[in-house]
Amino acid sequence: MLGYIDKIRGISEKLLTEEKVDMVIGFKKGTIPMMNEPFVARNASEVKDFVWDSNCGINLANYLTDRKETIGIIAKGCDSRSIVNHIIENKITREQLIIIGVPCKGMIDHHEISSMFDTEITEVTENGSDIIVKGTDFEETLKKDSFLQKNCKVCVHRNPVIHDELVADMVDEQKDVDRFEEVNKIEVMSQEEKWNYFNDLLSPCIRCYACRNACPLCFCPTCFVDESKPQWVGKGPDPVDTRTFHFLRAYHMVGRCTDCGSCVRACPMGIDVRAFTKKSEKDCFELYGWEAGLSIDKRPALETFKQNDPEDFIK
Amino acid sequence: MKVIKIDKKDWAGGLERSRNTYKLIGPVKEKDKDISSFKPLGKDMLPDLDVMATSVSPKSIVFPQEEVMLTYTTDESKEDCNLFKSHDKDYSPRAVIGIRPFDAAAFLLVKKNFDTPDYRDPYWCDAYEACTFIGLAINNPDSLDFSPSTKTGPFDTSGLDVLLVETEDSYLAQVVTEKGEAYLNAAGWENEAGNGVDKQIGDMKKAAETKITSSISYDKIKSKEILDLYNADFWDQASFACINCGTCTYVCPTCWCFDIQDETRGKKGIRTKAWDSCMFPLFTIHTTGHNPRGTKLQRVRQRFMHKLKYFMDKYDDGIMCVGCGRCIRSCPVNIDIRSICETMNNYEPAK
Repeated sequence: MLGYIDKIRGISEKLLTEEKVDMVIGFKKGTIPMMNEPFVARNASEVKDFVWDSNCGINLANYLTDRKETIGIIAKGCDSRSIVNHIIENKITREQLIIIGVPCKGMIDHHEISSMFDTEITEVTENGSDIIVKGTDFEETLKKDSFLQKNCKVCVHRNPVIHDELVADMVDEQKDVDRFEEVNKIEVMSQEEKWNYFNDLLSPCIRCYACRNACPLCFCPTCFVDESKPQWVGKGPDPVDTRTFHFLRAYHMVGRCTDCGSCVRACPMGIDVRAFTKKSEKDCFELYGWEAGLSIDKRPALETFKQNDPEDFIK
Repeated sequence: MKVIKIDKKDWAGGLERSRNTYKLIGPVKEKDKDISSFKPLGKDMLPDLDVMATSVSPKSIVFPQEEVMLTYTTDESKEDCNLFKSHDKDYSPRAVIGIRPFDAAAFLLVKKNFDTPDYRDPYWCDAYEACTFIGLAINNPDSLDFSPSTKTGPFDTSGLDVLLVETEDSYLAQVVTEKGEAYLNAAGWENEAGNGVDKQIGDMKKAAETKITSSISYDKIKSKEILDLYNADFWDQASFACINCGTCTYVCPTCWCFDIQDETRGKKGIRTKAWDSCMFPLFTIHTTGHNPRGTKLQRVRQRFMHKLKYFMDKYDDGIMCVGCGRCIRSCPVNIDIRSICETMNNYEPAK
């Protein structure tokens, strides 16, 4: 994927020089290993700062919400699906956007790689399918495919579903993945096991809301946890409030979540918040044949009603 | 300065003896995860001294994320109906084992806010005074540690009662205060280190300082006009990536903002204080609905101006940062205080 950089810079430069867009949104090289910073170029001289590698996991659609400018945006598969969501939910118009599609081979899981080493990682580079991790007293080569973000491991939409430009040939989609393996494991648990599982999962939460704020779907003008008249949720780390936040947020994602993994990537405590959203993704898929963000011409599962919609889950 | 030599073989034993007088708190690493925090050390638990900077800073030892301040009842049949009453607190002695020098120094910065000539915050101050800080020098600073730039450093004793320096088979315990000496006595560590120990510690300190690779400069910020920096054009680009979560402020050892709320359940109520964050829109919203810091740019600017400009102007004692590197490591979108500080320091308004 490193080869994409020149193409990304070239397309961006052209769009800005020809004044087809007011800005291009992409990534610039981060200041620490496995991190890049979302970055906006407003003139052609800034496109040299754009980078592309396996650390571009943050979903850039998040930066489009309610913008008025014309925008070039670099979009891997999941970003493009979230852009579709933004368009059908009226947070941006298709006409404002020039989508620079990036066929994606997955992003690396910085939480997992960090937890593998006892001493500090000072540099992470990639070379084809290898990731080279260096510290002051070690160097190790890892296979990228084994250290992908969990959502990337089961991704079946690596290619942008909507684009105006494309930086490379489409990549093969993953066929033999069990997309819902993680959910299936939780579904077979007893009630008590589930309770313990989710309590353990959420116990490190510090309520910083990085998951919510990194999510391209969390654009409510005032989030329910920020309501103060009345106040629905306590502000401290009380487990009841923490659970309320995560459960309710997950319900707001039903039929909209594209499993981009931004929430997990953003969490400073490494919580797999997707455990909640993945279940709703599975239900939407199995009950309504619905996958979020694939077409701007279709309305979402929870927004439409058909007489033959399944209803046996209503008790 | 008096230095006690603690044989590593007697480390666990001494900690155990000290439990007769002190509750112990120390860094604990979560199993198989890259996260760690300061926690009460239950029986048989030892502090994990390999942890450099815990994921979340130890500020919660003195300033918990949520803390009950007062209690009340709304039961009208009770005599004390609607009267606030103080909440029982435990301020018995506790020892914070293995706190890093920059984290201990952070308490001194925060103290400027909670312990002033005009007002003493009883919650913060009482908890702070109950602590004895048994710090651990950083022999191998990581690449994000820029503590020497912020007037602390890997062997800084300013916020500590004892500084432990780890050698192969022992901890050299430099006694900084009487509180520190009392702790060492309670642990039964009393063998004074021999001649040459001062030089040994001095050499290790120098070696650690030379390993620091990260730094910031803020020498020119003080002389800049507040409004020039406030109105500077770089905030737009500097704040673009920010998603306005509270991670940086929550992991920071020097961020001290909090909210106070009353929570009533049935007829029983508590008044609590809980961490708040200048990154959240709710932090500043008025009851009218107007929000003086309604945009992301305004909130990001506030955080950095407070840390790097307003604090310096108010107290004339450096910046509100100890260079621990946590906000850089934890930021989901890689906003780096070192780059922002550099931009601020080098900024010249257009004439």
